[in-house]
Amino acid sequence: MSMPARTERPASPAGLANRNLLSGLLLGIGLVAFIDEAVFHQILHWHHFYDRSTTNAGLVSDGLFHAFSFFATVAALFLFADLRRRDGVQPRRWLAGILIGVGAFQLYDGLVQHKLLGLHEIRYGVDLLPYDLGWNVAALAVLGAGLALLLRSGRTDRA
Amino acid sequence: MISPTDWFWPLSLTLLAIGYAVVALPLRRCGRWPGGRMVLFYAGLVVMAAALTGPLAARSHGDLTVHMAGHLLLAMLAPVLLALSAPMTLVLRALPVSGAKRLVRWLRSRPARVMTHPVTAATLNVGGLWLLYTTDLYPLMHEHAWLGVAVHLHLLAAGYLFTHAMIGIDPAPHRPGWTARAVVLVLALGAHSVLAKYLFAHPPAGVPAGASEAGSRLMYYGGDAVHLLLIVIFCRQWFHASRPRPEYRPTPDGTGLAGD
Repeated sequence: MSMPARTERPASPAGLANRNLLSGLLLGIGLVAFIDEAVFHQILHWHHFYDRSTTNAGLVSDGLFHAFSFFATVAALFLFADLRRRDGVQPRRWLAGILIGVGAFQLYDGLVQHKLLGLHEIRYGVDLLPYDLGWNVAALAVLGAGLALLLRSGRTDRA
Repeated sequence: MISPTDWFWPLSLTLLAIGYAVVALPLRRCGRWPGGRMVLFYAGLVVMAAALTGPLAARSHGDLTVHMAGHLLLAMLAPVLLALSAPMTLVLRALPVSGAKRLVRWLRSRPARVMTHPVTAATLNVGGLWLLYTTDLYPLMHEHAWLGVAVHLHLLAAGYLFTHAMIGIDPAPHRPGWTARAVVLVLALGAHSVLAKYLFAHPPAGVPAGASEAGSRLMYYGGDAVHLLLIVIFCRQWFHASRPRPEYRPTPDGTGLAGD
């Protein structure tokens, strides 16, 4: 029987699988934004709150992702709690989601926000090339690992 | 000379506090109004008073950072407390049936629906802030006391409307679903963060260059604290609303209650 609108659908296997991936993705994005703010802005002081060369587009992108990362972290944890009360946690799929979220957002930050939109650089007063390479190669590696894990978890689910 | 703002806010807040007690206490005595909601309402009034009277209000004229502290309290924290105290529900319970019916009809009317829609509420809320800090409104509100009162009333009302649209527990007919509200929530909080950082390098009119940096940081990180509160409450409400329930199955006796 279908439930009235706005209450939750009964959990289908596909719905549960998607919710695992979504929870992981959101947590990954939240995590990488948290690390960025805590480590690079607050502890190392490599990143700046506002760089005088910041473009307006960079400012908008930064503000939206800042708000989204807060929402993503909290929503991911509540989604995870929901999966647990439904006995629907798929650890591999969830972990794949986290890695994809971390890698994709790190790559977006490194290429689009730092370079294209000129939000701020990774560090000031140094040769940037090794920093940029390290940042983006690390992002690609994590993203790749996440996608590989997702494919494998898909195979085991079907088996 | 006594400025109108010296008496307007203390008087209004005192009247609100007394009025609430007159309405809520009789209901409370016969068990029809939870004490927790009374605590939330009065906490909201105290936060409002902290922003609108006393040292914070006195010092906010010349100092953007102090002004921002007042903004966080008045337009962001107080609305959360007030919205969770369900003031409209209280009014509906206190009114005679005919009056309550008329109020409900008005709440369901088109204008009320448009006003409380998340998109309208978010636009009024964040749009008002953009207008305030990027036009001459900011210096003008400090020159003309009544304009200042009007601006504060708008900040409070728009903040309340937005908070109600997101996490209010008062009746909200035609409220959009969770995903739509989540999108508006993220966009609105994002616009607040963008404005906060924008003010770092573009001070409001009348604020000297460089003097807005501390105010900008406070708006950004202080805003984060209240945003986090809003997000947690929003997600908690989703978590509660989407809890797994026993499936509805038609039963021979027509009650629809599955007996397992």
